[in-house]
Order: sequence, then C-alpha cells, then structure tokens
Amino acid sequence: MFADYSMAELGAIFAMQGFAGLILFSVFVLMALGLAIIFGQMGVINMAHGEFMILGAYVTYIVSNIFAAYLPSLFGIYFFIAMFLAFIASGALGLFIEWAMIRHLYKRPLDTLLATWGLSLILQQIYRSVFGAREVGVSIPDWMMGSLPLTDLIEIPINGIFVMVLAVSISLAVYIMMFRSTWGRQVRAINQNRVMAGAVGINTEWTDRLTFGIGCGVAGVAGSAFTMIGSTGPTAGQLYIVDTFLVVVFGGAASLLGTIASAFSISQAQSIMEFFLSGSMAKVITLLVVVGILMIRPQGLFALKLRK
Amino acid sequence: MTLTNYMNRKELLGFLILAAVIFIVLPLALDTFRLNLFGKYLTYAFVAIGLALCWGAGGILSLGQGIFFGLGGYCMAMFLKLEASTPENTAIQSTPGIPDFMDWNQLTALPIWWQPFHSLAFTMLAVVMVPVVFAFIIGFAMFTRRVGGVYFAIITQAFAAILTILIIGQQGYTGGVNGITDLRTLLGWDIRTDEAKNILYFVNGALLFVVLLIAQFVRKSKLGRLLIAMRDQEDRVRFSGYNVANFKIFIFCLGAAFAGVGGAMFTLQVGFMSPTLVGIVPSIEMVIFCAVGGRLSILGAVYGALLVNLAKTTFSEGFPELWLLGLGGLFIAVVMAFPNGLAGLWSEKVEPLLNRLISKTQSAEAANPNKAPAE
Repeated sequence: MFADYSMAELGAIFAMQGFAGLILFSVFVLMALGLAIIFGQMGVINMAHGEFMILGAYVTYIVSNIFAAYLPSLFGIYFFIAMFLAFIASGALGLFIEWAMIRHLYKRPLDTLLATWGLSLILQQIYRSVFGAREVGVSIPDWMMGSLPLTDLIEIPINGIFVMVLAVSISLAVYIMMFRSTWGRQVRAINQNRVMAGAVGINTEWTDRLTFGIGCGVAGVAGSAFTMIGSTGPTAGQLYIVDTFLVVVFGGAASLLGTIASAFSISQAQSIMEFFLSGSMAKVITLLVVVGILMIRPQGLFALKLRK
Repeated sequence: MTLTNYMNRKELLGFLILAAVIFIVLPLALDTFRLNLFGKYLTYAFVAIGLALCWGAGGILSLGQGIFFGLGGYCMAMFLKLEASTPENTAIQSTPGIPDFMDWNQLTALPIWWQPFHSLAFTMLAVVMVPVVFAFIIGFAMFTRRVGGVYFAIITQAFAAILTILIIGQQGYTGGVNGITDLRTLLGWDIRTDEAKNILYFVNGALLFVVLLIAQFVRKSKLGRLLIAMRDQEDRVRFSGYNVANFKIFIFCLGAAFAGVGGAMFTLQVGFMSPTLVGIVPSIEMVIFCAVGGRLSILGAVYGALLVNLAKTTFSEGFPELWLLGLGGLFIAVVMAFPNGLAGLWSEKVEPLLNRLISKTQSAEAANPNKAPAE
C-alpha cells in the first residue's frame, strides 16, 4: 500500500494524519476535562454533558452574531468574550441542575444516569425549537483562517492550532484549580473521605454544587472551542458522549493525567488507523481495544490508590 | 416449590388480567393494523421483563439490551432474507440467489457465517444462543472482575455503540443503515398478510407468557431472593459463601435470551430489522419501559412497554416536538418522583384504597384493576 507514494509524500501523510490526531486529541481533552471533574471527583454520571457543551457552542454562535451586527470593529476578539459567557451560561445551568436534580440522587448513581439522560433529551428539544434542527456555524475571525505552510507538502490549519492551544491552557487551568486552589483541595478531600471532610469543616454540599457547576462550565468552554473547527447541531452532543465516557474511564476516573493520556492514545490510534481502514472500522477497533483493556483492568490506566 | 409458593392469589389475578387484556380485549378492540402495532410494543416487553430481573432485582443496569434485541432480530431476519432471496426472485441480480444488498455491494457469494441460517432449527437456536453467548462473554469478563454499577452501564453502552457502527459500516454483510428489509415468507407462509399478522400476534403473546412464567419462577426461587440480597448487600452475600459473579452472569444471560426472543418476534411482525433498534438510544429507551412499569415488577414491565410506546406513537404522530420533551420529563419524573413506577403507585396508592373499599362494602368484585392500557 506504500508503493504508490514517495518517501516525502509518505512523511507528509504521517505528519498530517498525526496532526489530525492531535486536533482530535484536543477535542477529546476539552470534552473529557469537564467530565473528569464531575465523574472522576464526584462519581456522578452526567449523560447531559454533551448538551452542556452544545450550550456553550450556541452561546458562541449568538455572541458572534451580535458582534457581527453591532461591533464589527471588535469581531477579531469576540471569541474570548464568547468563551467566558459560555463558561458562565453552562456553569449556571449546571449549578441549577445540581440543586434541582442531582443532589437528590447522590446515593443512586444509576438513577442519576437515567435522569440526566432525560435532561439531555429535553435540552436537545429546546435547542431544536430555539435554533432549528439544522446545524449552525459561526464565522471565524480572519486571523484564524488559512493555514500555516511548514514545508511544501505539510500545511497546518490555524484554527486547529488555536484549538490545541486552548486545550493545553484549559488543562493547565483545571490542573491549577484542582491542585493549587482551596476548592481543589476540598474536592479532593471529599473524594477521599466525605465524612471526615465534613467533620473538619468543609461545606461538602456547596463544594459538590460548585464542582458540578465548574465541570459543566468547562464543558461550555469546550463547546465554544468546537465552533472554531466545526458546526453545531442540536444532537451533536449525543454523538460524543460515549467516546468521552470511555476516555475518562480508560484514563482512570479520578486522575486528570490519566484522562489526558487516554485521550492522547485513543485519538492517535483512531486517526492513524483511519488512514489504513475505513473510518467506521477504525472506530470499532479503537473502541473494542479500549473496552477490552477496561475488562482486564477495570480501574483504568492511572488509578488512585484509595481505601474504600 | 409448591404452587402457592410459586404464585399467590394476588399475583395469579394479575397474570389473569394481563392475559385477558392481551388475548381478549386488545384483539377484539383493535383492527389488524393497530393489533400488529401492539404486537410490536409487546416485543419490547420481552426486553423490559429481562431488565426487571437484571436491574430491578439484581441491581445490574445494562444499557446494552438493544444489542441482544438486535442480535435476536438479525438472526431471524437473516433466515427470512435467505428464504426471500431464491434464485428465481433475484434473477435480475448479477449474482442470483444472494440477498439484494449483498449484490448491491458487489459480493458474489454468500459469506460462510450466513450459510447456517438456511435452516430454521439453527435460526431458532441462534435467536436465543447468540445473545446468550454474547452476554456471557461480557458478563464473565465484567462480573468476575467485580465491575458493576455505572462502569458496567457505560461499557454495555459502548458495546451498543460499537455494534451499531459495525452493522452500518459492513453494508455488504449486514444491509448497512437500512437493515435487512423486504422479508416475505416463513417456510413458505406469507408473513405479510392480515391473517398471518393476527396469528403472529397470538404467538407473540403466548411466548410473552412463557417468558413471564419463567421470570416469575426466577423471582420466587432461592435465586431470586439471592439476587435481591446481592443488590442490597453484595459483600454480605459473598461472605456467606455464594459466588456472586455466577448469579449475575446467569441473570444477565437470561435477560439477553428474553431480549433475543423479543427481537426475533419483532422481525417477524414488523418485517424488517435495522441498526436503529440496536444502538444507544433504543437501548436506553428500553430501560425507561421497565422503569415506568416499575423496575421490581415483571407485570409492570409489560404495561410500561405498552404505555410508553403507545404514548410515543400517539405523540410523535401529532406533535413530534412534544414527544422528546415528554420522554425526557418521563425519565426525570420516574427517577425523582416515582422510583417504583406504575407498580409502585398501584401497590402504594390504589391497593390500600381498594382494600378499604372492599372492607367497607364487602364486595370482592370491586378489585377490578384499572391499570389496563388505554386504547
């Protein structure tokens, strides 16, 4: 199969395919970070995670339209404002959902799964009623268009680089929040021993709510970033939810590093195989390998050692 | 196990009422088209009964029941498709005698794993055994490693996703996204006529009762009590010397077998099988059938499947927007407000009321349940 290509072309193909894998990796990381916070730290299954992401994407869509109509001179930077607003919107919805629904179900994780699935159906229908069933795209600012030629054969799209930079900076931000802030310390304390954490004066109820809110907010930012590389439809969130859960579970639910490592391996495996096989077979094989490994090692790649 | 242990009077009454609804009320009240529709709903009840055992009693939530429903359905569909694809019927194809979608995908010979489906006996065995073997592999790998709860749910969901992608991707072997369509006869007997549809409805109802009686036996046996003990205190059961994993594998396989039979009956009554019945969304909808009926009650599961599907058909014909909102609301309501579903409402609210009425008027005939599905 390689005979038709010259060495240079082959190198370019691998580089481009590797780069496509890196973009997929950024997407996975962005999606999985919010889930890693909610599922990893709180043990809550949020099947509506994809819809929180899509909320962020729609917020970005609205903001971009507002800027295009009223503030065309500032259009180049609208994205950063949109991202911030996406965080606020998804986070606020997350806080509300935690208060209204999730907190009553902490003792029944399987029921949380079903209730959040119901929530995801409702959100999808609301999106469809408000924004229409067709996918919408945002117009990206000029500086993000085009691509960066590395050599004659290898070109890298700038919006791809931007999404990668975003993925790295958001991962860093989550890492810092998790391991350097008071909130992060409290979350980890609760994860390790809820009763003791409460006994030393941590407001576990409020921390739970905040954690859920921040996780949803991160999902909103991820959705915002997606608008830079693709269009948004009401059911787009559901397409990713299984992949995202597998990424988080594969990495070891409570480990941020594990999530990133598993996102990297899954995305690279998938995009490299996509070149040799059809897209669907690449996905089937990737998922089967992941599920197979999870059957042998249910705790995932990086497991925290906890006394249960 | 004596007969009264197997089924007390109240349960017997419940079975008899359901039998009356399925075999007398519905066939008398509905025309063939609607009856066939209800037959389709009842095939989902097979899955819901399996879930009532796995999830309600055993605490194992499988989000992949669509896999087993689909495997059973595809086994049946393969047999019917082969029968429909005689060389005479497919004479215009470049390779006569193979199913039409294979011909469209430039296949020139029947794949080896399609060959055994020429035989009806093998097919009927496969309808049950293929889902069971699949469930055994998943269950053995997961339960012996003590993976349960939400992890099990997510991994079964991943399997549902994988199988759907595989079926859609391998068009030449599976019919792709359209599924296996244009099924005609079963051993020369045309399944598309009104008469055949009526007969199939009754066969389906009879099979449903076989499954219900098996489920009732499991519930009342020692195994059933162990399942509930495992759900509530798995470690204590393990420390008492029971091999928890084996019981879980068994009940998961049993649920898969039920689902497979349901899938096969679906194919026979509806006349096609497609990946839209296998994937994540149908699988999780099957859980809601069981949850609405009451996750602990096998009879409730049947009513749940009937009611939710009836609502789905009614609403999605008239107001498709409303249906998704309604379904979403149903998920949330059944979890937050009525965790025991219709059966719970019945035993907590209606039954005490009836008992009071009975003791007041001394008329036992007043105990006529009004839980039958609305027409």
